[in-house]
Amino acid sequence: MDAAKKTDRTESHIVGYRTYVYVWVALLLLLGMTIAAAKAYFSKYSVLVNLLIASVKAVLVLVFFMHLKYEGRFLKGLVLLTVLVLTSIIALTFSDVWFR
Amino acid sequence: MEIEREQQIDYTGKKIGMWFFLFTELLFFGGMFLLYSVYRYRFPKEFHEGAMGENLLIGSINTAVLLTSSLSIAMSISAIKKGNKNLSSLLQVVTILLGIVFLIDKYFEWMEKISQGIYPNSPILLQHRDGEILFFSLYYVMTGIHGLHVLIGIVAISFMVAFTQREVITKENFSKLENSGLYWHFVDIVWIYLFPLFYLIT
Repeated sequence: MDAAKKTDRTESHIVGYRTYVYVWVALLLLLGMTIAAAKAYFSKYSVLVNLLIASVKAVLVLVFFMHLKYEGRFLKGLVLLTVLVLTSIIALTFSDVWFR
Repeated sequence: MEIEREQQIDYTGKKIGMWFFLFTELLFFGGMFLLYSVYRYRFPKEFHEGAMGENLLIGSINTAVLLTSSLSIAMSISAIKKGNKNLSSLLQVVTILLGIVFLIDKYFEWMEKISQGIYPNSPILLQHRDGEILFFSLYYVMTGIHGLHVLIGIVAISFMVAFTQREVITKENFSKLENSGLYWHFVDIVWIYLFPLFYLIT
């Protein structure tokens, strides 16, 4: 019974080595950027910039290395949901902490 | 007498199962990041000074090491999907070696701190200001638990090398390797956030 194999096309999808290498180069460049950003600017937005760059890196790892780009909507939705849960927990906590 | 059963492989189920586990891990580390962010908000100066004492070079190298190890494990999965057993095994071994490099670097970092008398509950640390005690406590707990996860990943991928060589993991049946890869990438993502928070805050 090959039904199990055919229902998930992502199983047979192969990401090329070159794609992975390009993503890796992008990640290293972003690493360079984040270090430069930390050393150069001394404004209060530094943290935000660094966290944003970190998030871009995390998204690259999620989408390409973890194959999320080629997955179905269910899995993508679950990942998004979990990230939103964590974000909400942090946001709700700070809505308290900020006003103490 | 051996009865031949047709093996039902639930590739999707195995994959989603692993993702669910990673969601629990995300909330687990997320809780610690939440702790960090609240105390950072309360003690910005002390956290900044704590971060200034970190070794940026080792931290940066470690980040590059983990990013490269994510590349190698990702490529190892493509390799086995193409039926290239030896290339896949080689890339898995590269991943393990890079993981070991990461842990060795961490060892040097921790040793340097411990030799300065800074470790959880040390008499020297307890003389510091509250914010600094919090920073270093969070540093040890978060990088420690992260390091433990790196170690677990190394052990898991070591098993995968054996499985790949013995053709338990094959072109048709590679969920173990793929799920180990997912775990490893997650550990990489946690470090991607740990690095700026402990080494780069200004």
